[in-house]
Amino acid sequence: MSGLPPYASVPQRIWYYTFRVICGLIFFYLIFPILVILPLSFNAENFFTFTPAMLHLDPAGYSLKHYVDFFTNPDWQQSLKNSVLIAPMATILATAFGTLAAIGLSQSHVPFRGAIMAVLISPMIVPLIISAAGMYFFYSRIGLQGTYWGVVLAHAALGTPFVIITVTATLVGFDRSLVRASLSMGADPITTFFKVQMPLIIPGVVSGALFAFITSFDEVVVVIFLGSAAQKTLPWQMFTGLREQISPTILAVASIMVVISIALLTVLEMLRRRSERLRGLSPG
Amino acid sequence: MGATTTTDGPVLTVDGKPLKASLAKALRREKLRSFILIAPLLVFILLSFVAPIADMLMRSIDNSIVPDTLPKTVVALKEWDPKSGEAPGEPVYAALADDLKVAVKAKEHTRLGSRLNYDMPGASSLFRQTGREVRKLEDNGDYKGQFLAMDKEWGDVQFWSMLKVLSSEYTPNYFLAALDMKRDASGIHMAPPQERIYLFLFARTVFLSLAITFSCLLLGYPIAWLLANLPARSSNLLMILVLLPFWTSLLVRTSAWKILLQQQGVINDLLVWAHIISDDNRLVMINNQAGTIIAMTHILLPFMILPLYSVMKTISPSYVRAAKSLGANDWTAFWRVYFPQTVPGIGAGSILVFILAIGYYITPELVGGTSGVFISNRIAYHISSSLNWGLAAALGTLLLLVVMVLFVLYDKIVGIDNVKLG
Repeated sequence: MSGLPPYASVPQRIWYYTFRVICGLIFFYLIFPILVILPLSFNAENFFTFTPAMLHLDPAGYSLKHYVDFFTNPDWQQSLKNSVLIAPMATILATAFGTLAAIGLSQSHVPFRGAIMAVLISPMIVPLIISAAGMYFFYSRIGLQGTYWGVVLAHAALGTPFVIITVTATLVGFDRSLVRASLSMGADPITTFFKVQMPLIIPGVVSGALFAFITSFDEVVVVIFLGSAAQKTLPWQMFTGLREQISPTILAVASIMVVISIALLTVLEMLRRRSERLRGLSPG
Repeated sequence: MGATTTTDGPVLTVDGKPLKASLAKALRREKLRSFILIAPLLVFILLSFVAPIADMLMRSIDNSIVPDTLPKTVVALKEWDPKSGEAPGEPVYAALADDLKVAVKAKEHTRLGSRLNYDMPGASSLFRQTGREVRKLEDNGDYKGQFLAMDKEWGDVQFWSMLKVLSSEYTPNYFLAALDMKRDASGIHMAPPQERIYLFLFARTVFLSLAITFSCLLLGYPIAWLLANLPARSSNLLMILVLLPFWTSLLVRTSAWKILLQQQGVINDLLVWAHIISDDNRLVMINNQAGTIIAMTHILLPFMILPLYSVMKTISPSYVRAAKSLGANDWTAFWRVYFPQTVPGIGAGSILVFILAIGYYITPELVGGTSGVFISNRIAYHISSSLNWGLAAALGTLLLLVVMVLFVLYDKIVGIDNVKLG
């Protein structure tokens, strides 16, 4: 299918290479905007494009000043601190609740399974602006608007669907007779859970947790409505920075976040391979 | 749980209970256990997510501010018939004076004024002004005269019939406004053409979302095909090029596009440098619909590629080979044999992308300008700037309705259990 057979005709050859070029261009479209940020963030000027000095690889055209600004500017540091405080807490809540529920849902004979699943997945489907509006009104009423816990609870709710989906996916391949075997050998359910079930579903739990973390770490609509200035997160600061006046520091922040996503992707890829190896789906 | 059979009667387990009952008991226990595992999250989601949304839905029809602030007037108005063509009689004005005195003391009359202003322009200033003078009203049996002396507006039949319309606890007016309609004493009709904005905005949101879905399909299909048909080693490598954007922050990608598409941005610089366009003819690619489509297609493309890929991965190449061996050319083999098998993937990816696109807020806000904004941006505007929360809630409800219908469709076609993430 993929290779060009030796007997291919000329039009087939032309199409084969044209198709590769088209795909190459689409891949370029996917990846270029993300990677172009990296060199631009070292711009010595406050421009958003390559300066002649940069194009001539003149060292004077490059500088770390945008990074220095990010690490010294109190606005950015405060928002970084808030993001680092909010996201892990939301992740822990989402992962704990989500994993338990996914295990519950994976058992046979759960009544109203479809309806429960639909409710639990809904935070992922409902447009963020609607979630944000609803939470803003409701959390104001119960005094959670503008508080740390309000934002954490909202972000945890937004993150749980991802945990449910990834853990459910791992549980599909889970052999329930292992649990029965463990129980029949006299282990209590809690020991069984931590010693038998948990090690096997951990890749799903971890990737669910990563999804939940990135959901919170990257979330901006809900936090704008639900938070006050004291909960200003990194995406919020970026959003205001982009809307009001584009500050070149955004390039440095964006580059750091690109590096973080590359690291994240690497971890996930390793988890996926490990999980496939454990289940014997692929060699090595 | 070994079962022993007796000569006749039901099957019994070792401890002498009927097998059926024993099984039912075990099943019940299992149901209870799974329910205990699900319950914490269900309660959490119901409280932190579903309740706020339900609360917002209620807000779109809630009108309690009028009957709450003017309780006596609302009762007195019941007697009055707008068709009489005359302003209400003295009892209504007396009730209004009583209500207003209470409201002014509680400083609630301005809130009521701004609420009424949505349906009757001018009501806000009328209430504000009257609020200042309400203390001077005397109980001399002629409240009507005193009100009219303060402002002629108080004698307007139109005003009173509107107030009568608005005096119930619930109102469809926000929904009507969200659909560019108006309701007054004479009934429901379309708003004057120059005031119609929401139907147009809904139409634009749907149109742009369709355009984005279509361009995602156009770009995603070849990529998914390539990934599904390359040997595992190279397809894994190329998959990273799809997953990296998927994992990169939405704001990073939006800012990247803002920087690329600007008039002084990288793409324009490149085109000028290559002499494709002249320096004073730089392309306008941002703050319009083109910007929204380009940036959002990039953001949603992985959501199209991943479902397409997982469907194409399961299609055996032998079908296409069989078609070719029977004399089909490349195009016929693709279009009549391969393509129909990818339709479930197209359906799954398209609905997913469309659902995500239709509710987008951040990207249109940053790169959409005025011609590329979505209904979400208008909802945000009504919540944070115009403070017309009822209208925001009604617009939100309509948007939610569309998304819910699509969600049910998605569930029917793909099944929410089969959503895959990377």
